[in-house]
Formats: sequence, structure tokens, C-alpha cells
Amino acid sequence: MNFLKSNAPLRWAAVGLIAVVLIALPFALSHVGTAWVRITNLAILFTLLALGLNIVVGFAGLLDLGYVAFYAVGAYVYALLASPHFGLHLPFWVILPIGAATAALFGALLGAPTLKLRGDYLAIVTLGFGEIVRIFLNNLARPVNITNGPQGIAGIDPFKIGGVSFAKTDTLLGVMISGPMKYYWFLLLVLVVVIGVNLRLQNSRIGRAWEAVREDETAARAMGIDTTKIKLLAFAMGASFGGVAGGMFAAIQGFISPESFVLVESIMVVSMVVLGGMGNIWGVILGALLLSFVPEILRYTVEPLQKAAFGKMLIEPEVLRMLIFGFALVLVMLFRPAGLLPSAVRKRELAERKV
Amino acid sequence: MTTPTTALIEAIGISKRFGGVQALGGVAFSIKEGEIYGLIGPNGAGKTTLFNVLTGIYLPDGGTFKLRGRAITGMKSHEIAKAGIARTFQNIRLFANLSALENVMIGRHVRTHAGVVGAVLRGRRTLAEEAAIEKRALELLDYVGIAARANDASGSLPYGDQRRLEIARALATDPLLLALDEPAAGMNASETVALRKLLERIRSDGTTLLLIEHDMKLVMKVCDRVLVLDYGEKIAEGGPAEVQKDPKVIEAYLGMPA
Repeated sequence: MNFLKSNAPLRWAAVGLIAVVLIALPFALSHVGTAWVRITNLAILFTLLALGLNIVVGFAGLLDLGYVAFYAVGAYVYALLASPHFGLHLPFWVILPIGAATAALFGALLGAPTLKLRGDYLAIVTLGFGEIVRIFLNNLARPVNITNGPQGIAGIDPFKIGGVSFAKTDTLLGVMISGPMKYYWFLLLVLVVVIGVNLRLQNSRIGRAWEAVREDETAARAMGIDTTKIKLLAFAMGASFGGVAGGMFAAIQGFISPESFVLVESIMVVSMVVLGGMGNIWGVILGALLLSFVPEILRYTVEPLQKAAFGKMLIEPEVLRMLIFGFALVLVMLFRPAGLLPSAVRKRELAERKV
Repeated sequence: MTTPTTALIEAIGISKRFGGVQALGGVAFSIKEGEIYGLIGPNGAGKTTLFNVLTGIYLPDGGTFKLRGRAITGMKSHEIAKAGIARTFQNIRLFANLSALENVMIGRHVRTHAGVVGAVLRGRRTLAEEAAIEKRALELLDYVGIAARANDASGSLPYGDQRRLEIARALATDPLLLALDEPAAGMNASETVALRKLLERIRSDGTTLLLIEHDMKLVMKVCDRVLVLDYGEKIAEGGPAEVQKDPKVIEAYLGMPA
């Protein structure tokens, strides 16, 4: 990879090639089945979530087990402002920033009372926060029906740009372009922006302040860093990415209910961050893609494989999925405790502990 | 007392109690601009407690600290750093997994401004500020003599270099007062001599120093004035030579009347 760093034209050629492959990807995927484009879209959504959580957990070192709450906030903001539920139909480019801001506000709300907590204690409180948000969504149907309770909100508007709806298939120059493909390109664009924001934040005055807080809060304070402000900023920034992802999730699914935002989802996102490599943006992306795609691949291969081998299905794909998932996590913790692609900092930290 | 210099730090009746222990019992002193002021005393005399109260880690139960006449007691740690007091720690507290350069760059935080928007957009002003932060950090590493280790993890540096790095990081905040908690601890004789030269250079470059130190040779050579604490009380203050002869000080250190 070093020759890529020194050779600018070659680097741009590589970037261009990757871009072309990524843009063309949905055409290839839709040959396999449109379901795979949808699966890819969900994988990108989870990657966005993992990148958002990485700011809180990876950069600032604040373990957050309730991250899905911000995803929920973003999703409900979108659903309430673009569905028959309230009869509001705002365009998505108005709602997504509102969703991001609302989620950021919730992030700060969660952050404020937990500023003095660290490690396990912080994890417990954030876990509770995630549950509180979900339970609120479940019960905010009476006396005034805001969230429609456990039934959820249906008929959520898809994205529309001009007259083009993301829910319908269009034909452009004889090429079929399905709804999921349009979402894919939009998600890809958002992902590129979010990666850019993450990379720039990491190598900035703010990013260094987060690292300082993670390493030693007392010393950070003695160096003049307002740790209260900087931690709230991490919570709010991380939450805002979750809010954007949630809004897009609501539009893609067209239906959301509190059931989509359970604790397991939070744990999944934390696992992506930890498995991939806390603090390393590329590691986090790898972790998110692996944990999103591998279960789906299993779903499609386990059944035919077993039928071919034994003539009948012995183990349900769902069971096998959790088994492999658990096993993979144990293996990673044993052999690559800093994650598949660890950040330089984590690598140092673990190397030191061994000595 | 030849030149009537103004007080940089004025401490009035500082007291601090931990449960039944009176760690500080109404300590008063003042540090003049441009001097190296020593703080000595037997173990448990309250030196580090005084440091922690001065730098806002503890709130005092009574008394006031003034920095150039402005009361700073009750301010938070980071506000005190911003006001102009930087410190090092007795048990080194570097950001161990970050490089030496990054440690010093973090020290520049309080004198720089770029926020999230600046970081993301990376406009000309942010880029210029980033470049200035890095340049200043490299200068400071060179100033304390560890420029060659800029990219090494700070936790992997030899002990003496870690102490120097802590000084560089503190200097990065452009302090009026640099407060050092046992900077020579764990250093050998030649390292201590180099440290003394560094301290004298910092002073001649215009920063006032407050020094907790057990190495008496260093204290006697480098300090202009010394405050001696014992059981949280001030028992002597003055030039190093005169303090050394003070019977109360000898008693405190040797545990018997001289």
C-alpha cells in the first residue's frame, strides 16, 4: 500500500476504479437477486451506525450500549414528518437534518447525566437509556397518539428527488433502475461523506481532545480541555450519524415499529466496532460489512447445503448464525484482541499490557 | 527583596481537610513573576495537595489563590489551565498510547480554536492553525531535547524523557506559571543536571516556576525561594540557604529538635 501513498496518479486511478466498481455494484447484485441490493443497503446503514458509534466508543472511549436509541429517534422523526400518521409529507432533505439534530440533542441529553461515569457504569446507564427510548416509543400512543405504539407507523414516504420516487422502478436509456438501487447510490454518497467527516475529525483539534479524554481525563483537564463539553460533543456527533441512518432506514422500509430498535441491535453495532477495530475507521467499516453480510450469505447457503449433504435440514440457519457469530467473536478476542484492523493506538495499548 | 517585583501567585489561608486529616492548615505565600519557587517538606506534608488545590483538581475548604490579582479558586481545572497555570504530575500522566508529538499538540488545545465545522471543512484558517500547532509542538519537543522521539508512543519513552515530555506538553499551553511535581524523581545525576539547565532556561525565557522536589541539591541550586511545609503548615519560607539552617526545618526532616 505504500507505493499508493507516494504515487498520486496511481492513487487516483485506484480511487477511480473502486468508485466505478461501487457504482456498478447494484447492477451485478440485481442479477443475483434484488434482495441482495436491499441487503447491501441495510449493510451500509449498519456501517453508518458503526461509524457513528465509533466516534463515541473508538475516539472518545465512552462505551455506549444504547446507541440504537438514536437510530430510533432518527427513524421516528422521519416517519412522523413524512407519513399519513400526522398527514405531514416533508421532503427528505428537510427531514434528515432535523433527524440528525434531534438525535444529537438526545445524544447530549444522554451525555449530560453520565459525564462522571466511566467504563462499566457508563455502559449500564446507556443500556438503560436505549431501553427507555424504546419503551417510550411503545407507549406514546395514549393519551395523545404520537408514535402509534407497538403497531408502528406505516406508509412512510420514500425519498423523492424532483418527480423521481425511490420506491419505483424507472427505465433510463433502456436500463432498469430499481428503487433499492437508487437508495444504494444515495447511501453510498452519504457513506462517503460520513467517512470523510470521520477521517477529518480524527485528525483535528477536536479529535485529539477526544483521544486525550479517552487516555486520561484528569490530565486532559489539566491541559485545559473542557472535558464536559468535549464528551457531550462526542455523544452528540455520534448520535447525529445514528439519526441520519435512522431516517434513511424509515424511508427504505416504509414501516417502522419499536421492535426494530431493540437492545440486540445496539449490541450488534458495538460488536461491529469491536470486531473490526475500535478507533480505526476502515476496521469499523470492515466489521460492519462482515457482520451484515455473513449472516445473509449463511441464510442463503445453509439450507441448500444441508439438503444436499443430509437430504434434510438439521440446523436452522438462524441458530447456526448465532453460533458462528459467537464463535467468531471469541476467536477475534483470542487472536486479534484489538480487532481485525486495529488502530495504531489500540495496538500499542495491547502490546504494552503484554510486557 | 531587592527589586519590588509583583506577585504572580498569591495564596491566602489555603486549607484542605480529608475526613479527619488536616492536609493543609491555612497556608499563605506568594510567588513573584520570574522566580523559581520551591515547595519542599517531608512525605505527607501536603505539597501535592497544595498543587491539586492550586490547579483546581480539589476545591479548598478555605482560602483563595490569586493569579495576577484575579481570584482563581473555585474555577475548574481546565479554566485554570486557560488562565495560565500548567502542571505536571508526580506519577507521570501522559497520554501514553499517543505519540510524543500528539501529546504536545494536545497541550495547544487551549490556545487554539478550530471546532467541528472547521475540522470537517478544513478551510484555510483551520489548516494554518493545524500547521502552527504542529510547528509549535515540534519546537517544544526540541526545546526540552526529545525532538528525535516525536513519533514514538509516549508511554514507551525512557522515564527521564517522559518527564521532559510532560514539561513540553505543559509549556504548550503558554503558561504564566509552570508547576512541576517532582520533576527529578527517578532521574540519575546527569539527567538531573540537564533538568536543572532546562528549568533555568524556561525561567530565563519568561515563565515562572513552582517546583515540588525531594532532590535537595537541585532545590538548593535552582530555587530562588523555598516554602517548607510540614503537616499542612508553613514552617519556613525564604532563600534556600537560610531555610536549610532553620531549626524547625531540620526538626521536620530529622524528626528531632536540632
